[in-house]
Amino acid sequence: MSSKIDHSLPLEYQTEQNRLNILGFWIFLGAEIVLFATLFGVYGVLYQRYAGGPTHQDIIMIKDVLIQTVLLLTSSFTMGIAIFEMRRQQLKGLIFWLVITLLLGSGFLFMEINEFIHYVHLGATMQTSAFLSSLFVLLGTHGAHVTFGIIWAIMVIIQLVRRGLTPTTARKTFIIGLYWHFLDVVWIFIFTFVYLKGMVG
Amino acid sequence: MEKHTNRFPISHVLGFIFSLILTFGAAFIALKTNLSFKVIMWIIGTLAVLQAGIQLFMFMHLREGEDGKTNVINIIYGVFMTVVIVVGSIWVMSAGHATH
Repeated sequence: MSSKIDHSLPLEYQTEQNRLNILGFWIFLGAEIVLFATLFGVYGVLYQRYAGGPTHQDIIMIKDVLIQTVLLLTSSFTMGIAIFEMRRQQLKGLIFWLVITLLLGSGFLFMEINEFIHYVHLGATMQTSAFLSSLFVLLGTHGAHVTFGIIWAIMVIIQLVRRGLTPTTARKTFIIGLYWHFLDVVWIFIFTFVYLKGMVG
Repeated sequence: MEKHTNRFPISHVLGFIFSLILTFGAAFIALKTNLSFKVIMWIIGTLAVLQAGIQLFMFMHLREGEDGKTNVINIIYGVFMTVVIVVGSIWVMSAGHATH
């Protein structure tokens, strides 16, 4: 039954296998939510244990954080446009917006690495305090996800160039799209509960 | 879930504009007002949840497809687990240890 194709649906939903893959990925995202919940939980417990080291106000560069936020938010939007183009069967438009998304994502990653270097120069390392351990683990896990997402998206783009839009490549593109939006969802909470909260008090 | 969507991705553009407003609104309230810590956290926390909702519904099309209902239940359960883990951890670790 898995090869039955329903042409009334968008490409990525046309086969039973595709629908199950997409459902499976949503369930994976549910597990990812819980993974990040544990890291937010640790951070929420330890965020004031400065151990005599630097505090939030000492290290956070809020302007850079706002730029990072806009970069990732915009990349989530352009990923949405990419999927929109895919639904219109526009392969060129899809690849164009995917590349824009990756450029924005790389910009985000570049700024985050700079931020980490800046912290370390200020003497704020993972070993400095419980606050900084939990901060680096939370931010680092998110940054590692972005890194992985960039590599993953590049491989999907290569497949799109080679094979064009098929139910299989459309499904793969749709799933990396979901993953990318999810990374922005996590960042919204990092922005609010790490950076803004840290700046308030 | 439409195969031939209209020419202009209106829901994406609206979602993007709302997200920007919520992001800068939260930043403004946190950085430029003199409200108390508690009030600020409640406001920007609510804005964050709203923005996450925009991502889930306007960008990720959470309810789309024949498994839409399953997706919603799955995400609600994930959010429930998040609240239990985060609020539970903070509560357990901050309420008890000070008295012992």
